[in-house]
Amino acid sequence: MSHIISVENLSKCYTIGHAVNRTSDGIRDLLEKRAGNVFSRLKSGLSMQDRTREQEIYWALKDVSFNVSQGERIGVIGPNGSGKSTLLKILSRIVTPTGGRVELSGRVASLLEVGTGFHPELSGRENIYLNGSILGMTRKEIKSRFDEIVSFAEVERFLDTPVKRYSSGMRVRLAYSVAAHLDADIIIVDEVLAVGDAAFQRKCIGNMQDMSGQGRTILFVSHNMGIVQSLCNRLILLESGQIVSQGDPAPVIRSYLASSEHSDSESLSSGYWVNKEKLEKSGTQDFRITSLELINPSNPEHGPRTGDPLIIRIHYSANRDWHSPAFILGVKDPLGYEILRLSTSPISGFVIDEIFSSGCIQLTLDSLPLVSGEFYIDVGFARERHEFILRLENIIKMNVAAFDVYKSGFPLDRTRGILVVPHQWQHTEEKP
Amino acid sequence: MERRIVIDPSEKPSLLLRELWQYRELFYFLAWRNILVRYKQTVFGVAWSVIRPLMIMIVFTIIFGKIAKLPSGEVPYAVLVFVALLPWQFFSSTLSDSSNSLIGNAPLISKVYFPRLILPSSAMMVSFIDFVIAFAILIVLMIGYGIYPGWRLLAIPGLLVLCILISLGMGYFISALNVKYRDFKYIVPFSIQLGLYISPVGFNTSAVTDSWRLLYSVNPMVGVIDGFRWAILGDQSQLYLPGLIMSIGIGISLFVFGVRYFNKSERMFPDYI
Repeated sequence: MSHIISVENLSKCYTIGHAVNRTSDGIRDLLEKRAGNVFSRLKSGLSMQDRTREQEIYWALKDVSFNVSQGERIGVIGPNGSGKSTLLKILSRIVTPTGGRVELSGRVASLLEVGTGFHPELSGRENIYLNGSILGMTRKEIKSRFDEIVSFAEVERFLDTPVKRYSSGMRVRLAYSVAAHLDADIIIVDEVLAVGDAAFQRKCIGNMQDMSGQGRTILFVSHNMGIVQSLCNRLILLESGQIVSQGDPAPVIRSYLASSEHSDSESLSSGYWVNKEKLEKSGTQDFRITSLELINPSNPEHGPRTGDPLIIRIHYSANRDWHSPAFILGVKDPLGYEILRLSTSPISGFVIDEIFSSGCIQLTLDSLPLVSGEFYIDVGFARERHEFILRLENIIKMNVAAFDVYKSGFPLDRTRGILVVPHQWQHTEEKP
Repeated sequence: MERRIVIDPSEKPSLLLRELWQYRELFYFLAWRNILVRYKQTVFGVAWSVIRPLMIMIVFTIIFGKIAKLPSGEVPYAVLVFVALLPWQFFSSTLSDSSNSLIGNAPLISKVYFPRLILPSSAMMVSFIDFVIAFAILIVLMIGYGIYPGWRLLAIPGLLVLCILISLGMGYFISALNVKYRDFKYIVPFSIQLGLYISPVGFNTSAVTDSWRLLYSVNPMVGVIDGFRWAILGDQSQLYLPGLIMSIGIGISLFVFGVRYFNKSERMFPDYI
C-alpha cells in the first residue's frame, strides 16, 4: 500500500544562541560571541568547552517516523514545545530538517497561520487574490472559486473594505476560506481555528471532513481535544520531539491528558484540587471568593464519587452591599465542553436579596451524575441583571471516583459517555 | 497527476527554474501588492514618483551646474542630470527595496513555502513603474528643450537589463545577508547616499580625467549612466567602451554571484528571520 506522506527518522536540531536568539543577530553579536568563545577556551580548557557546546544543541524533533495514507485525517497533539509546529513546518517545506527524509505525493497546501500575507491596507477582494497566489493558486483558479470563497467566509458585504478594518474573526474566516478552496491533495493546518467563533469552527471541521471524504489528506495540529477528537481518525502524540503514542483518538488523548497531569497529581488525593493561586489573584476588595470546598457527605473519605451526593461550598467575603446577586457553577469535561450549568438565579430561581459581608453558599447534588474521571468546574459571581463580577474558569479540578452505581460490575468511565442517571429497562416480547 | 516532493537535508540546494516558472503568478501578485500599497494613505499619491526625481534634478543642477559650474557639453544641465537619474533611481530603489524584502516579509517566509527569490525580484517592479513615469517626464523635458534622440534610443532596453542585473544581483546578495546580519539595514541606505555622489549623476563622466576613467568604471553604474546619456542625448557625450564592457562583466558576475549566494543561504532563512 502506498503512503501519501511518509516520514522516516525525521530530526531537526536548533543551535541555541544562533537560531533561538534571532532578534539581535548583528555582526557585533557575532564578534562578541567569537571573542567570548576564545576567552572561555583560554579560561577553562577543552573539556569545559565541549560541555557548553553540547548544551547549545536543542532537538526540536528526534527520529520521528510515521506514514499517512490517502484520505486520513491525522491530528498531532502534544504540550507546548513538543515539536508539533516544527513538524508541520518541515512538511510544508519551510524549515529544512537536520536529518531524515520525507516524501509527499501530491500538492501540499499549508495553513500555518491565519492570513499569512494578508496586507492590512488592501481590500478583502485584493487579499483573496494575493493570499491565494501566496498559497500557490493560479489567478484562474482563484477567479473560478472566488464566489465560493467569499460566501464560505461570509464577508460579501465587506469585500471592498481594507482588511485592517476587519474583526479578527472575519480575518480568520477569509483566510481559512481561501486555503480551504485550494485544490490540494494534502492539507496541513496548524492551530488556526482557535481564533474563530464556535459556529465557524464547526463549519471548518465539516469542511475538512468533506475534503477528506473527497480523498484529501489532512494533517492537523490543535490543543483543543474536542476539535481533534471530532475531526481526526488518527492521532500522533509528540513529547519533546518524539512520538510517544499514536493510533485511535480516544486512547491517545487519554495518555496525553494523563501525562500532562503528573505535575499536580499529588494534590488530587481529596478528589479535587482548587487553583489557589488563581483564587487569590482574582476578585476585588468589594467581592472575592475566599475558598471552595467539595464534600461527599455519605463517604467523606472518597471525595466526589459517581452516584454519591456532592456538596459544593463557596465561601466569599464582600465589602459592600450587592443586591440580588447570583452564584454560578459550570461543570466541564476535560475537553472543555460544559455539561452542566447551575446558578442560584435565574436557573434555579433561588433569589438572594442582598449580601454585604462574608458568608457561604452551598449547593447540594443528591447524586453526582458523572462517570469516573476528570472534570473541571467554573465558578462565577454576578450582580443584578446577570452582569459578571467574577468568573473563575477551571478553578476546581475534580477527579470523580468510580463507583458501580448500576451494580453490574461494569466500569463507568469517559469511554462510555459522561452521565449516569437513574433508569429502568423493560422488555416485552410480542408474538407475531 | 502525480507530484512527488522529497524533503531530504542531504539534497543540494539547486536553482529550480521550473519552480520559479510555476510561481510566476506570485511574482506578479507581490509586485502588484507593492505597487498598490505604495502610496496608500498619502496625500500626493503617485505624484511622489514625479516630485522626487524633479527635486533631485533641480538641486543637482543648481549645485553642480550653477555653483560648481561643471561642464555639461551642449546639453542643458537639467537634462544631463535627469537622464542619469533614470537608471540611478531605478538602481537605488531596487537595491534598497529588494535588500529589505526578506525581513519585510518575515511572516511569509516563516509560514509559507515558495521560491524566496521571488521576493527581492518582485521588489523591482515598483522601481520599474517609477522608471516609466520618469521616462515620461524626460520626454516632456526633451520636447521642452527641443532635443530629439536618434536610433541610439534602441540601446535603452539593453542598458536597462544591465541595470537590472547589477541592482538585483546586489539585492539578492544583500537581502540574504540582511536576514542574518541586520547591520545591512543601515549600511544600504548609507551606501546608496554615497553612491549618488560617487556615480556620475550630478556631473558628466568627462569631468573625470582619462587616466582615471577605467578605474572609475569599476563602479558598474558608471557604464550604465554613460550608456543612458549616450543613447538619449546622442553623440554629445562620449561612450567609453572599455568602461561599458567592464560594467557588463561586473553586472553579470554580480547577478550570478547574487543568485548563487541567495540560493545557498535560502534554507536557513526561517531559522534566522
